[in-house]
Amino acid sequence: MSSERDAAFIDLRAITKRYAGVTALQDVDFTVQPGEAVCLAGENGSGKSTLIKIISGVEPATEGTIRIAGQEHAVLNPRISAAAGVMVIFQDFSLFPNLSVAENIAFATQLSTRERFFKPAATRQIARKALDRIGVEIDLDARVETLPVAQKQLVAICRALASEAQLIIMDEPTTALTEKEVRRLQGIIRMLKEEGVAVIFVSHKLAEVLDVSEKVVVLRNGKKVAEGPASEFNTQSLTYHMTGRDVPDVTPRTRRADAETLMHVNGLSKAGSFEDINFELKSGEVMGITGLLGCGRTSVAKALFGLVAPDRGTITLAGQTVPTGDPQAASRARIGYVPEDRLTEGLFLSQSILRNVAIGRLDAHTSGGFLNMNGLLAEATEWLQRLKVKAPDVQAPVQSLSGGNQQRVALARWLSRAPRVLILNGPSVGVDVGSKADIHDIIRDLASQGIGIILISDDLPELLATCHRILVMRDGRITDTLEGGTVTEEELAHRLAS
Amino acid sequence: MKRWLPKDFWTRNETLVAGVIVLFCIIATLSDPRFLTITTVSDLLRAAIVIGILAVGAMLVLVSGGIDVSFTAIAVFAMYTSTVLSLAIWPDMPWPLIFVIAVCLGALLGAINGFFIAFLKLPTLIVTLGTLSVFRGFLLTFIGSQRISDLPPAMRDFSRGVLARGTTEAGNFYSIPWAALALLFVIVLTWFILHKTMLGRSIYAIGGSVESARRVGVNVKWTQFFVYVYVGALAGLAGIIHGSVGRMADPFSLVGLELSVIAAVVLGGARLIGGYGTLTGTLLGVALIVIVQNSLIVVGIPTTWQSVTIGLLILLGTGVPAYRAKQEAARAG
Repeated sequence: MSSERDAAFIDLRAITKRYAGVTALQDVDFTVQPGEAVCLAGENGSGKSTLIKIISGVEPATEGTIRIAGQEHAVLNPRISAAAGVMVIFQDFSLFPNLSVAENIAFATQLSTRERFFKPAATRQIARKALDRIGVEIDLDARVETLPVAQKQLVAICRALASEAQLIIMDEPTTALTEKEVRRLQGIIRMLKEEGVAVIFVSHKLAEVLDVSEKVVVLRNGKKVAEGPASEFNTQSLTYHMTGRDVPDVTPRTRRADAETLMHVNGLSKAGSFEDINFELKSGEVMGITGLLGCGRTSVAKALFGLVAPDRGTITLAGQTVPTGDPQAASRARIGYVPEDRLTEGLFLSQSILRNVAIGRLDAHTSGGFLNMNGLLAEATEWLQRLKVKAPDVQAPVQSLSGGNQQRVALARWLSRAPRVLILNGPSVGVDVGSKADIHDIIRDLASQGIGIILISDDLPELLATCHRILVMRDGRITDTLEGGTVTEEELAHRLAS
Repeated sequence: MKRWLPKDFWTRNETLVAGVIVLFCIIATLSDPRFLTITTVSDLLRAAIVIGILAVGAMLVLVSGGIDVSFTAIAVFAMYTSTVLSLAIWPDMPWPLIFVIAVCLGALLGAINGFFIAFLKLPTLIVTLGTLSVFRGFLLTFIGSQRISDLPPAMRDFSRGVLARGTTEAGNFYSIPWAALALLFVIVLTWFILHKTMLGRSIYAIGGSVESARRVGVNVKWTQFFVYVYVGALAGLAGIIHGSVGRMADPFSLVGLELSVIAAVVLGGARLIGGYGTLTGTLLGVALIVIVQNSLIVVGIPTTWQSVTIGLLILLGTGVPAYRAKQEAARAG
């Protein structure tokens, strides 16, 4: 055991971290061997980000010892940590959108050598070398903002390599990637490990990185609750350790056979975005729309709610035509839309939880031009309770809530308006496993009350757990219609990528 | 693998602005064959020197992700104060020394902006709106509010210095003043800083993403501080040239010009969100603004239409690329 510890690249012992009375980490041992990939799993608030901050020197540990490459560090700061070869790739990649690929890769290296002058040839050489190491071809002169997400991630990896990374920490590396891109990332990780570079994945979407990892460490409430070889874990056991409870594997509830058709979409088209979209949605049905990033699924969702004006096509709801390209008309027809990026599109982050729910119901509580504040707030409070939003204070700003609870607030706003059709775009993006299951429960509940639900998602288990029917889109067209409950995850993944 | 033309050549602001300039010159020449002569060109160049130097500074600030509206106040402060100083202590002071004083004064005032922005982390627009008022008020209250037409002789000597002069066959006089060299110097120096030093690349990096810059180890504070000091120094230089060439130290001049200058820079493709801006674009933007201000009359548009034209050009010049970008984004979603 001790020889293994001597060889470890990272060796943390009995790390405790307290913030003003709150214990974020308690007595955690954590080791990473050279060339080893470790999966660090845990829900939001489990302490995994704190652990990463301690390794990268952003936060000091309250107690415990830190050894990097055999050397003990009483004081660690980001510069010392980076010099020792610890590189963090944040979820947003921290790239410069306005600079070229070559410069993005070489920037940190050139700064660390205290170079005063900028040498384009040397820059390209550094970048070329890093790209060659992982066997990837990206135009060195392209501006990073023009690259797709997967390539941005590769640029970030190359930047870490150019700075002679011994350990690359990747925060949520697979959230924005398609199945195919995940496979390529896995290949690159295997290659890095052969060269002796260690990797830590910080993630709550785990299945994808499990097969390239040697070890899994699970944190819950600041404590290490499980550790072992990756082969001994599967999605189910990971979820169990992360949440401390069993989250059952579920399938959609059976819908009523005699349900009437609620929404009818006919020939919806928009040049360059989507083409000839046709479907019917029955009341009480959950219908998924999926496809790779850029397939047009988000544009279709927005068009259904009038946020994108289609060139052609009609939307009818319960026999009435809904004018297209007009979100207010869609809203009057009682169509609800919960956007993918609730932070920028869906919620007023600095406003109170209560107001965020109440905003959708101003009209209903207005008489003679005056607002009945008490009635409005009472109704909002009721909805927050029904959706089990965990908030100590409904007057607190929405941004103080966790991702799962924010999503519930966004849902509560729409539900208070009694929608007939609810469009949910990526309802569990950035939400931890426990809350995700709760959100799926809510979706199933709503459907059984007769609301038609359109779920836009690329989270395959989510689609399988909730949808009666799944439309697959590719290049702006619906290419497949699959029955939920009969299709398997592999089958769905195959239809998506092929 | 160099291309003859950059891939985005046809969608760049620079191309659009250059196109408008060429179009304008063609129309102007058709309506008045004397338009495209060395006389007009030298007139336009003279008019472009001060705006050009100021615009290069404004561009640097935009690239770094900030905005500066105080540079005209700095320019007039530096110009007037150095003139008063010279007249008071050494009327025969040689012009290079007067220039150095003006540049240093500008840098000093820029450092005040830089202090508030880089070290106290206050929003750039708020800070420079404040200092615009303070610098100008301080100048008029404590230094003087009289126009001085009796400049130190050395400044007049400077304004008489020409690189080239002559008379065309048609009998029109033309000249290119020394001050044109100052603009050239500023362009070359700024180009060198932006493209050949890590400091310059750091300015672009900060404009692209401050947080990322911090994470890769850019010294954000000092880089920002440098930007405002440098812009202040350029403003001081532009100010003293303005005074010398105009042969008058007028404490009421220049202020009010800042929006036209920023307009020129934005026309040239610099973005208010930071990270984007080129010298070529900035100079083309300046050229277009100067042409509109001076030559609109040639194509038969009354001068009262000047600001309408400039406004339309800005809407067009920034609107077209923004609209295209939005369409691209919609397609990608």
